[in-house]
Amino acid sequence: MLGPFDYSIWIVGSLLQLAVASCVVSRKSLRHYFALTTYMLCALAVGCGQYLVIRKSGVSSNHYWYFYYYTSSLLTILMYFVIVQFYEQAFAELRVNQYVRGGALFLLISTALFSYLVVRHNTDRLTTDFVVELGQNLYFVGVVLTYMLWAAILHLKETRTRLIQLVLALGIYFSGNAGSYALRHLFPDLQSAFLQWLPPLFGALLPLAWLYTFLRVPEDARLATARLVAPQPFAIKAR
Amino acid sequence: MIAALICVVSVAALLQFLTLYCRSILATSRKVRLSERVLEVAGVGRGSVAAGDFHRFLQLIHLCPESDDDRNELRAMGIYYGLLSVLGRVSNLLMPRVAGWSERERQSCSHFAAVVLDRRISHNQGLLAEQASGLL
Repeated sequence: MLGPFDYSIWIVGSLLQLAVASCVVSRKSLRHYFALTTYMLCALAVGCGQYLVIRKSGVSSNHYWYFYYYTSSLLTILMYFVIVQFYEQAFAELRVNQYVRGGALFLLISTALFSYLVVRHNTDRLTTDFVVELGQNLYFVGVVLTYMLWAAILHLKETRTRLIQLVLALGIYFSGNAGSYALRHLFPDLQSAFLQWLPPLFGALLPLAWLYTFLRVPEDARLATARLVAPQPFAIKAR
Repeated sequence: MIAALICVVSVAALLQFLTLYCRSILATSRKVRLSERVLEVAGVGRGSVAAGDFHRFLQLIHLCPESDDDRNELRAMGIYYGLLSVLGRVSNLLMPRVAGWSERERQSCSHFAAVVLDRRISHNQGLLAEQASGLL
């Protein structure tokens, strides 16, 4: 049974996703953030789909369970395209877009192949552990990709504040979700205690952080990444 | 085993990304010099604000009419400041370097709050001036 808190997170998250997509479209940046907007709209559609499945079959039904975890995995794969677009933006001046796309295609095929082999190997227990493990692995690949992107941003001395904030928010999203899935895998009893809130909470925080970036950080704003890694200290006042 | 490894790496990455994200918000205020007025209002000496001044600035900010522009930023900084305070207290005896880092970060948060207060005071003064000119 879902409570008011579940519904609140769901409503707020959906509104934020819609707001991010509208913000990108209204600022005529759709071409620049196409994957991000597509992801937001798909996440919104999945949220509506989850609501319909709950209405039809109930929150404790197998239908909802499968729908939740498999759409979550599909959304994570879709999020890889968002990362690829950020890679393209970070490497824009190096003109290596074809390599980035090639790498992304390789990653996608590898992930699909790996998932297929795991599914084939686990056909007899596709119920409980498997989907959680798959979700955990997919999110962890996202953490690794985002971390590599952040390292590239630092190495290239990228200064676009908007890109930096979008990538950092993505890092929080992926690492938060991978951590909560791994905790669930390790301690299944904690799921009903607090772990069930974490993925929807991180799912709502991501569009909130992105919306903040689109609304408050101008496209031409610049920020030295060195300041983030080792900021200049203030002189501490003697008391 | 793999799940435990993923858990540890993910939590470490989460903390790092969270810190960097908060710093990226704080960075916008770092270059801003505080006016004499805001230091005087808060009863802070000249130069820079201290790590522990955050709550004092926050109280003063709440006295000013609310502005939608900075509410979320302040909330995020409040959470970050709270986490840093806990970390500072825990690491004070065991890891002095971490405690020092936490102190500097909290000072950045205080500076950020002071910048917000300064902005709100200017905004209110502008509104008052507008009202006064309207009455005349």
